[in-house]
Amino acid sequence: MKTSRREFIRQLGYVSIGFTILGAACMNTKEENNEGGGNAGNSEAATENSNRPDRINAWLRVLEDGSVLVLTGKMELGQGIRIAVAQMAAEELNTSPDLVEVNLAETGVTANEGYTAGSHSIETSAMSIRRAAAAAREKLLNLASKKWEIPVSQVSLEDGNIIAGTNKMTLYDLLEGRQISEEIGEPSEIYGKTRRKYVGQPVLRKDISAMVRAQHEYVQDLEFPNMVHARIIRPTSYTSKLASLDEEGLEDFPGFLKLVRIGSFVGVIAEEEFEAIKLSWEVNNRAQWDDDEELPAEVPLKEYLKTLDADVEVEEEKGDWQSTIEEAPIQHSASYYKPYIMHAANGPSCAVAFFDNDKLSVWTHSQGVYPLRETLAALLGMPAESIHVKGVPGSGCYGHNGADDVAAEAALLAVNLPGRHVRLQWMRNDEHCWEPYGTAMIMELQAGLDSNGKIKGWKYDFWSDGHSTRPNGQPETLLPARFLDKGHGVPGIGFKGGAVRNSTPYYTIETLQTTSHIFQGPLRKSALRGLGAYGNIFGIECFIDELAQKAGKDPVEFRINHLSDERAITCLKKIKEKTSNVRPGENEGLGYAFSRYKNSASYFAVAAHVKKMDDGIFRVKKMWGVIDSGETINPDGLKNQTEGGMVQAASWALREEVRFDKQHITSVDWHRYPIFRFEEIPEVEVEVIDRVDEKPLGAGEAAQGPSAAAVANAVFDATGIRYRDLPINPVEKYLR
Amino acid sequence: MKRKITLKVNGKEHEVNVDPETPLLYVLRNNLGLKGPKFGCGLSQCGACMVLYDGKANPSCLMSVENATDMEITTLEGLVDEEGNLHKVQQAFVEEQAAQCGYCLNGLVMASVGLLKKNSNPSDEEIQAALYRNICRCGVHPRVIKAVKKASTS
Repeated sequence: MKTSRREFIRQLGYVSIGFTILGAACMNTKEENNEGGGNAGNSEAATENSNRPDRINAWLRVLEDGSVLVLTGKMELGQGIRIAVAQMAAEELNTSPDLVEVNLAETGVTANEGYTAGSHSIETSAMSIRRAAAAAREKLLNLASKKWEIPVSQVSLEDGNIIAGTNKMTLYDLLEGRQISEEIGEPSEIYGKTRRKYVGQPVLRKDISAMVRAQHEYVQDLEFPNMVHARIIRPTSYTSKLASLDEEGLEDFPGFLKLVRIGSFVGVIAEEEFEAIKLSWEVNNRAQWDDDEELPAEVPLKEYLKTLDADVEVEEEKGDWQSTIEEAPIQHSASYYKPYIMHAANGPSCAVAFFDNDKLSVWTHSQGVYPLRETLAALLGMPAESIHVKGVPGSGCYGHNGADDVAAEAALLAVNLPGRHVRLQWMRNDEHCWEPYGTAMIMELQAGLDSNGKIKGWKYDFWSDGHSTRPNGQPETLLPARFLDKGHGVPGIGFKGGAVRNSTPYYTIETLQTTSHIFQGPLRKSALRGLGAYGNIFGIECFIDELAQKAGKDPVEFRINHLSDERAITCLKKIKEKTSNVRPGENEGLGYAFSRYKNSASYFAVAAHVKKMDDGIFRVKKMWGVIDSGETINPDGLKNQTEGGMVQAASWALREEVRFDKQHITSVDWHRYPIFRFEEIPEVEVEVIDRVDEKPLGAGEAAQGPSAAAVANAVFDATGIRYRDLPINPVEKYLR
Repeated sequence: MKRKITLKVNGKEHEVNVDPETPLLYVLRNNLGLKGPKFGCGLSQCGACMVLYDGKANPSCLMSVENATDMEITTLEGLVDEEGNLHKVQQAFVEEQAAQCGYCLNGLVMASVGLLKKNSNPSDEEIQAALYRNICRCGVHPRVIKAVKKASTS
């Protein structure tokens, strides 16, 4: 019988075939590691090490059925990483992507690549896979050349076969069932740069073909024999404590299996899903909670945030910005605000956990299986080696949502019901009210311009919470920890660097200062697409628009005049060209924005055409984007990500705001947290600039900040009024 | 209490033994193994769980199973014909790559099939109006509109 991918995975099963790896530190940038507040997962490097990431078989295996299995330590979030890494491997192996399967992040199986975050997956994982596959090709050709005693130049590799004249054999046969465990080294040729048969092509995503047939398995769809269903009973606030719960007679409810109560953490488990839901309603009615703290619902949040203690730090300083601004003939200042916004995944978070013989298995849509494992170990007080965490795609992921929390809750429940697979599906209000939000921010800018319209001095102050409290080995980064009787507390500010992202403009300005004011805000928060870059770029790009107007310059020309990077200028020139024939009508306007994400990743220029409707609401009619992400792996995938980012950011900017009262979040569902629906969707057009000779650059978050700014700038163009506080449209108009 | 209920799903009769108040969604997913319809909100606000009831697309998360016995129910799985060929709407979603995470795809396909049954050649505005109940968070709406347009002319 031939080994298929499914069997291969099953054979690997639980027992660690383990290779891990040098830890996240060697794979990711400092910034990404810090996003979790620490280098989670690093400690296991020494313990589980039979294959290392400098070896080919850490990244790919040749299977008996002729296919190639690629192992990525990253997760599919909807961004299409699976097809991108498959294309990379397919190219180097000159093998159709149809013959390449991808194993997503899984402890003990894939490399520890930390988190799938920060738009890094192409720059890190896919590049490792490319090198490993190129090295594999060279080893395979050499092996065949020796075996057949012919020059290597007469041997070729095609669609999983080694071919020389009339000789042909599968890679599996050539290897005689072994895997290639040699070092990757430096392959002499990267086909992805020289041939580009699959790389750079809009190869269709295989998962979409499965999705339309309902054959794509989400974590929500997992089934196991004798699987049971669970729900959590939520406290009434972030800090409430369970005062009393009458458990009498609960065991008589249909399907009742277990009430798990640990301090103020309460969950129910039943045989069937609807039985678990009904039980949770019953327990919710019986639970009495004590609330002692209140959320600051009485004061406008923008005012309240400035009253909080803040760590103040100068992030960047150049020249005498102060007197330059004071002496400039044109001076301007403005203050901007973004509220808390939510990830609001379409499918609420879900996990399955199974505990037996002191071993725990967890199926999760977490962005970081290794960091989650380490944090679960700390939460449950069990060794990390006894925990297996397997990544399974969930609903769209735009950052740190409820995925890790639901996994931790499922684990806590499963430990209390050994021998059964426990599936925990969050309900809509679990996700809306308990996920960690993208934090509110205040952005204040000042600048001085000379009489030619050149910015001479720049001062930027921003107020923000930290932007990541991802699981980092500390139990309190997982939601249930705070409610357990152990009193794990709550996370602090978390990853401050996320707030600083894109706080210094990419424009050439002689004197400037950037100062951060980092507070701990009232709501639970963590990484949301772009982190601080969303608020920072929104503020900076709106302010640049205001400065252009003060200087009497065209906003695109004004930006170009302050840029020295030709790639940035090219994006802006193209966006101007694309909109040169657009003539906004009455109550309509056109707005522009630009940024280079993180000042080091993708370049993105955007235009928005906005209309003020009769009821006073602003709608986006059309958006144009130009993106330069260096070498493009899948142009349609890049377009899809960019279009989606533009639409999502327009929704954030026009309508979204997390609201709360003194007790807790009131944005409990889609009626109370309204996002774009189909009637408001703009037409979207994206152009990709493919630069084959450049490095691929992270792209998934590039559109967020500039798109919001372009919408706000278009609103100004339409009305002559600056809307500096988001959301632009009054939320009350949408609430139902 | 549980009782036996007969449903007509994807052209076949199925008998299930469930609490008659159980929302149809859970019966389709957990009892019949039809994972096409997704749980999104349980409030009929997002469309992720849409199925066709006698050809009309509506959510299944608040429809109790006992009220669904008189209708022909079609799920995403049931749109594929016996030879395995995709419905033209499914095909158009693949061609336009109208998904990112794809969690909303079920509802969007079902709502679009429902629309095309009533209106074989809808305008962009009619498509947008017909999909009003469906939430997509990844922002693939423009591709979805193109896909439905394509399906209507194929």
